Amino acid sequence: MKYLSNTASLEFFPDRCVGCGMCVEVCPHGVFTMEDRKAVIVDKDRCMECGACAGNCAFGALKVDKGVGCAAALINGMISGGEPSCGCSGENKKSDCC
Amino acid sequence: MAELKFIKVGAQEREPACCGPVQSAQQSHAREEEWPAWVTGTLMTDAGVIPVISTDLTASDHWEHLKCRTSSFRNDYSVAPGLYAVGTPDRNTDVFVSANYKLSFDALRKALKGLSAWVLVLDTKGINVWCAAGKGTFGTEELVRRISFAKLDRIVDHRKIIVPQLGAPGISAPGVKKVSGFKVCYGPVRAEDVGAYIAAGYEATLEMRRVKFSFVDRLVLTPMEINPAMKKYYPAYALIMLAIFGLQPTGIFFRDAFSGGLPFLLLGLTAILAGALVTPVLLPFIPFRSFAVKGWITGVLAVFLCMNFIPMAGRVNSVLLFFTYLFFPLASSYVALQFTGSTTFTGMSGVRKELKITIPLYISGSVVSLILLLVYKLGEWRFI
Repeated sequence: MKYLSNTASLEFFPDRCVGCGMCVEVCPHGVFTMEDRKAVIVDKDRCMECGACAGNCAFGALKVDKGVGCAAALINGMISGGEPSCGCSGENKKSDCC
Repeated sequence: MAELKFIKVGAQEREPACCGPVQSAQQSHAREEEWPAWVTGTLMTDAGVIPVISTDLTASDHWEHLKCRTSSFRNDYSVAPGLYAVGTPDRNTDVFVSANYKLSFDALRKALKGLSAWVLVLDTKGINVWCAAGKGTFGTEELVRRISFAKLDRIVDHRKIIVPQLGAPGISAPGVKKVSGFKVCYGPVRAEDVGAYIAAGYEATLEMRRVKFSFVDRLVLTPMEINPAMKKYYPAYALIMLAIFGLQPTGIFFRDAFSGGLPFLLLGLTAILAGALVTPVLLPFIPFRSFAVKGWITGVLAVFLCMNFIPMAGRVNSVLLFFTYLFFPLASSYVALQFTGSTTFTGMSGVRKELKITIPLYISGSVVSLILLLVYKLGEWRFI
């Protein structure tokens, strides 16, 4: 299943890629593959902007506007004027400790 | 190499819970008798006493899992963060990282049956790995802190930790290595594949690295789509509809409220089920990629079926018919759009784009719906 086309904010800078394969490993949707010892984007429309690739690339070859694709969170963010928050990820819970 | 042996320790031998310089799993439990049923013993290590956990899930665990899937029980279903042991681990044994949502933790301990392992549980505020990683609570900072709290460098000789692949959005492997010295290896997406991953020499197949979203995956999520929608919108909606149909120039009549309102209460229920159950379950088969459009299509079909099968007590004039086909598909669309938060493949930019287009439509649709109800009412009272 794919979501809306041409919306993902994923950017790839091939000149910085050293071909370590980390992005291929962490991407849960197979957006990347390795070709000639470099990563290539196979299908950008499969990107869900989780940010795993960019956060784990030690060479800064990937950039993505990371966030949750959750309507409730985005609507709450619009209403409160703050960060998207659906309240389902423990943001509103008090810490168990200290 | 220090020898590890099973011992039973008294409460006084443990350090105080919380806020001390060292915090690990066992310290969150003040007394041994308070330990959860799945702790089967303890293990003495250079870094203190570590609880040993069972890899068998009990009937009570399964019952709790069912409650998690259907109610707000899931909001407070956590285990104490820290280090746990499975089997008889030693200084060369693998370290697996998990979240402190008990459903995630249980999936891992079940998958480790027959193996020896260390399990490092992060404090994700009782949230699963992927969602917590998205929010950063399953993150580099927390992982590094837990490695330090558990004194992992004194427990194992190697410097490798196996993190579930879906933890990657919150973790920077280079960052963890830099600060803690531990190399992050990403394990498979699903805990159930851990055994096969180890057997394959710590290699995950392409299959193990992909997130799926099967019929069953979608179905188990629907109770927690229906439940909040019913609680959040339905009571207010039902009251409004009953009031509208019961209100007469001479007062409120319950008979009119029910005879006129009942079909619309059923239509409201249908719209919620169309958006929160039918759309998620049939997701790949409903045309178009937009969730709002998918929900609208399902809503129109559901309303059409209802209108032909629910006796409308002769009250459907053209104004109410217009209202019905305007309001309920929009409601279904709105509810279906909420499912984006539960899927495995929708991104923020896409959802933002959908909202930008649909929110004005939902608002104007609701306003027009209210006006139509008003027109119907004025007509009924012969004012127009």
